[in-house]
Amino acid sequence: MNPSREYILNKIRALRQEVVEAPIIPEFEVAEDLVSTFKISSAANKGEVIDREAFVALLESGQYPRIYSTAKGFESYTNITVPQDPHEFSDLSLAVVEGQFGVAENGAIWLDEENLEFRILPFITEHLVILLDKKKLVGNMHQAYAKIGNTKSGFGLFTAGPSKTADIEQSLVIGAHGAKSLKIVMI
Amino acid sequence: MNHPEKAAVFLEDKENAKWHDETLWFVRDKRDVVSKSIPEWEELRETASQIKDNVLSNLDEYLVEFERNALANGIKVHWAKDAEEHNKIVLNILQQNDCKAIVKSKSILTEECHLNQYLEKNGVDVVDTDLGERIVQFLNQPPSHIVLPAIHLKKAQVSDIFHDKLNTEKGNHDPSYLTNAARLHLREKFLAAKVALTGVNFGVAETGEFVVCTNEGNADMGVHLADVHVACMGIEKIIPKREHLGVFLRLLARSATGQSVTNYNSHFRSPAKGKEIHIVLLDNGRTEQLGREKFKNSLKCIRCGACMNTCPIYRRSGGYSYGSVVPGPIGSILSPGIDLKKHSSLPFASTLCGSCSDVCPVKINIHEQLYEWRQEITKAQTSINAKSLAMKFANGIFSVPFAYKLGGSMMRGALKLLPHSITYSNLNTWGKERDLPEVPKESFKDWYKKNKL
Repeated sequence: MNPSREYILNKIRALRQEVVEAPIIPEFEVAEDLVSTFKISSAANKGEVIDREAFVALLESGQYPRIYSTAKGFESYTNITVPQDPHEFSDLSLAVVEGQFGVAENGAIWLDEENLEFRILPFITEHLVILLDKKKLVGNMHQAYAKIGNTKSGFGLFTAGPSKTADIEQSLVIGAHGAKSLKIVMI
Repeated sequence: MNHPEKAAVFLEDKENAKWHDETLWFVRDKRDVVSKSIPEWEELRETASQIKDNVLSNLDEYLVEFERNALANGIKVHWAKDAEEHNKIVLNILQQNDCKAIVKSKSILTEECHLNQYLEKNGVDVVDTDLGERIVQFLNQPPSHIVLPAIHLKKAQVSDIFHDKLNTEKGNHDPSYLTNAARLHLREKFLAAKVALTGVNFGVAETGEFVVCTNEGNADMGVHLADVHVACMGIEKIIPKREHLGVFLRLLARSATGQSVTNYNSHFRSPAKGKEIHIVLLDNGRTEQLGREKFKNSLKCIRCGACMNTCPIYRRSGGYSYGSVVPGPIGSILSPGIDLKKHSSLPFASTLCGSCSDVCPVKINIHEQLYEWRQEITKAQTSINAKSLAMKFANGIFSVPFAYKLGGSMMRGALKLLPHSITYSNLNTWGKERDLPEVPKESFKDWYKKNKL
């Protein structure tokens, strides 16, 4: 047996604490209009919700030289050879992935390994686009975890906006280490 | 130097102290706005607090459950009873992987263990990748705030540091320019690292997964590129169920920075193919604190920093004045439990206004615990200092009614006559930054006699 493990557990057990029950999480009301609430939340995080037409125009604008898209119906926009080694994504201009659902109260979007064959993708890419079905919105984080349930993905991510920092004099700067922009295509 | 002495040094630069005060209040203000946008805020705090009550009362079971599930998920679990063992475990993992350089995202726990210094002594190059932490690392300083590590520095200072270390343009103070320079510099480090180290915000017993929250994405940039992820976690960071994440993620960022949620909330359940995840579970005095009935609730802390942003003392004395890894109100109730003598001035670094308790997302009774620590420290102090001499004198006066009556009228006279040089001498710390009150003409007792209804 690991002596430190036993030491720690025995120290806690020696306290003979009475177990206090965990509370039941109350049901809280959520916004009526999930789509507009999501858009407001996302904008506050410096994300941007766009429609399909705007997205296609963006893809065809030529401003993203290296694109990798795993989103259904948009795979053909991939113009790189998918690397074996994820380090090679370091000069990727745009990644396009599908999100599973969005959370209206904070603009967070859930992705797991179903959407992310490469865990590094939404971070290493210079710009990120997430496709989101507007019927797949929940009101708050409690509903979000109810929806996730006990799925068993090795990695899961709530992402809510582009990478940002305010570590220099509290000045907000977008694009610290991860994606410099997040666009959400609502379909 | 103790807290008041270091605070005095901080306050010498009046302009900077004012800026520090206002900047943190700005963050506190953002927290107020966003928390008020949620009608159930108080209920959420209460729920979170009760979940933590459950965690602390059943910690051994949850740790065992967490370990069992994490192992089943293919995560390697290590246990460390103190900082020394923690650091050895980490070094051992690095040596096994023949690793001489790591990238690290924010972890107050590794600050607590002085891991960086230990690894560097053993030939490992450590790169802190949170922008604020990288800035203070360039200066060989610890973070001055647990969420905003470089909050004590102005952009001109950051510009000078970056000019020196990253060869940025001299005099270019633009935060976007400076951040981009750090982005390019740290990208190289991310791409080269074989091992990445992170802290842990929440470990879920039910699933064996753990969650790491950042705004910059630095934790994820590190771990997904490296072959090995080492996650260092205090044993109190356990929560029972996945559904409880909903409660804590709603509270954490709103309390910390006034955002509705952090940008990246990564849930690590099992390593990617061909990779490794290690978790180091650390005690380092936590089980000791759990055994202190009056102080165990301090272990509920989720490290949001809200108590620092709101604290009138923290805002006006700076993080370094505390001389403890976690500064501010929460640090002042955690640190005496680790080293009572070293941190004996910290529970007095408070006005006991209670604002810290009011903003705490898990409802820790911080100001009450500060008061309790004061009792403990006063009891433990054997040497008589100037203050306790005054207290003994006061005790004599208050216990004899005649002396109190006489003393009162003498005092009313004395306050008028007391020379400025005595009141504001260095012997009387009370006199610093304070004025004596206007003296009433008569005592309350005399007034009552005259005006009896």
